[in-house]
Amino acid sequence: MNDGNSAASAAAFPALTPAHPRPRLDPRYLPLVVTLGLFVAMFGAGSVAFEGFFSLQVFLNLFVDNAFLLIAAIGMTFVIISGGIDLSVGSVIALTTMVLATLVENRGWSPALVIPLVLLMGAAIGLVHGVVIQYFEVQPFIVTLAGMFFARGLCYLISIDSIAITDPFFTEVSAIRFPLPFDTSISVNVVMALVVLVVAMYLAHYTRFGRTLYAIGGSEQSALLMGLPVARTKILTYTFSGFCSALAGIAFTFYMLSGYGLHAQGMEMDAIAAAVVGGTLLTGGSGYVAGTLVGVLIYGTIQTLIMFEGSLSSWWTKIVIGLLLLVFCLLQRALARGPRSKEPARATREVNGQQLPAPTATERAAHAGG
Amino acid sequence: MNRTSELLRGLARGRVFWPLVTLALLLLFNLAFNPHFFSITIRDGHLYGSLIDILNRASPLMIIAMGLTLVIATHGIDISVGAVVAISGAVAATMIGGQLDLSGGAQDAAGYPLPLVIVVTLAVAMLFGMWNGMLISFFGMQPIIATLILLVMGRGVAQLITGGQIITIYYTPYFFIGNGFLAGLPFSLFIVAAVLALLLLLTRKTALGLFIEAVGLNPVAARFAGVRARAITFWAYAFCGLCAGIAGLIVSSNVKSADGNNAGLLFELDAILAVVLGGTALNGGRFTLVGSVLGALIIQTLTTTIYSVGVPPEVTLVVKAAVVFLVSILQSDKVRNRIATLGKLREAL
Repeated sequence: MNDGNSAASAAAFPALTPAHPRPRLDPRYLPLVVTLGLFVAMFGAGSVAFEGFFSLQVFLNLFVDNAFLLIAAIGMTFVIISGGIDLSVGSVIALTTMVLATLVENRGWSPALVIPLVLLMGAAIGLVHGVVIQYFEVQPFIVTLAGMFFARGLCYLISIDSIAITDPFFTEVSAIRFPLPFDTSISVNVVMALVVLVVAMYLAHYTRFGRTLYAIGGSEQSALLMGLPVARTKILTYTFSGFCSALAGIAFTFYMLSGYGLHAQGMEMDAIAAAVVGGTLLTGGSGYVAGTLVGVLIYGTIQTLIMFEGSLSSWWTKIVIGLLLLVFCLLQRALARGPRSKEPARATREVNGQQLPAPTATERAAHAGG
Repeated sequence: MNRTSELLRGLARGRVFWPLVTLALLLLFNLAFNPHFFSITIRDGHLYGSLIDILNRASPLMIIAMGLTLVIATHGIDISVGAVVAISGAVAATMIGGQLDLSGGAQDAAGYPLPLVIVVTLAVAMLFGMWNGMLISFFGMQPIIATLILLVMGRGVAQLITGGQIITIYYTPYFFIGNGFLAGLPFSLFIVAAVLALLLLLTRKTALGLFIEAVGLNPVAARFAGVRARAITFWAYAFCGLCAGIAGLIVSSNVKSADGNNAGLLFELDAILAVVLGGTALNGGRFTLVGSVLGALIIQTLTTTIYSVGVPPEVTLVVKAAVVFLVSILQSDKVRNRIATLGKLREAL
């Protein structure tokens, strides 16, 4: 992954040498390279514009303040690579904070029991999504939309108020700082997020599960014909996303030290944005977990820039993220050509129960003229 | 007599049948629980009652659901309607009686004449719809992505317009849109009726409805058949934006303020739910406008029912989620096929 990166950036501008008939940069890496360049440029611009911006701690704070988003976005990346989408992320995070807060604070349960319980709950929600999507062939966004309603509703059922967490375990864990060189430190959340990142990169790029995931995203039909375990992999993907959401919810609880039904509102959109800006194709089948990390870092940099600027308000974050999403989607559109185009998915059409072949390229050209 | 039975049979075959049954059952449940549910009284020349209340409260959702129906019929989706509701409310409130404009200077109440405000607001909302339509039909972006971008950006834009504040409107004639009564009925209902009549006229009395269904079933085939698929997709989104704009006017007039952050929150989900409940398939093709209106009414009745029965209002979301799950599973081809084969089996036996 990283080797590919450095090699790709080294060959980023081969067009200047006419000896090569086509650029050496694999177009698949282009979004990732653009994203990484954008992050460096934004961080560089901030360092030039603001005193005190260029420091290791400011960089590390990008992780500290966005660890939960990174965890959730990694789960989302898997789902998007499989060609689906998970809109329930934000509300599952909120539900997790809520369940943690009530059980620990109001019922006096031990965190050692509650934490595995909420992780199980998140995975179970994801499992239900996966099963309904796979076996009833309902569109993923409808199913996870219902899941979103459901989880938010459960939050409000538990309580409509914010519940502060005073449990010693939570307050102590949230106060832990691991010291790093140059007088800097990171929190437990960052360690958690980095572990998830490493596990996810291993899962995506070095396991059968990962390869099947990419195959399904590329073409579910082909994956089925190849005899890959499509059903199992898809269900596992949604389960993983639900698990990640719950884990992100735990990280969020450490960060906020409270449970609240309105927590993490719209975070599913932030997670999707991070994955897309990180170079994951929303049509599925292409993308990198490492790209999602860069996407989250860009998200954090925008927020930090706006904070340092002082006069800009937080809603500018939304507008800039939206614009970035737009640019990257258009970039992906431009790159998704030839065999990557999704049109072959409609290669046959059903007419009165009969499968008819799609018009050939020449037929299309003839019709396009008239 | 024969005619009535024919009509009934036609109704049962039609897509509107099940939404109607659902709505009727909900209303009957309400009647059983609250005998005064159907009573309508006249006070100051206006009609008052639970039914009128449901109709009035459901009107923004009914309008959005109609716009969304057209989009879904072209095999698309628009999840940015809530954001457009917030934007149009922000535009209207800022123009009419905002306390702050972008430069931070003060404006006096009713800064611009009301007709101008309405025209500008609707134009802005339609522009955002056209923006979606352009991304989808001319740049070939997936509908859910293109509208996701506006969903993310839209609330930022709305807050930018209102300066991040809740803008209170101080202009009585504006309140008429959402709170006024005409001939004893809420004025917003007349807007709903107008939009519905216009759409029914366009889609059932001209070939437009057929074209939209053709695009939704198979855009390539539709293009080969001479339908201007791109233009139809584009205008479907533009119209959906316009509908969201109208709803934004009603909502902001109803609460007499504009809140960039919370106006129209989760509207997109309710609207999708309304369309699905109404019997329009999410896979595009066939659509029913009346069904979507009924779907919106079902949602509002459900909400009102939950409130009136005394169940805590927090349950609403869970109930809605259960309904979406059930309806989408029932709508899936797999379940339908299974039911169909079961029916055949029974016939064979």
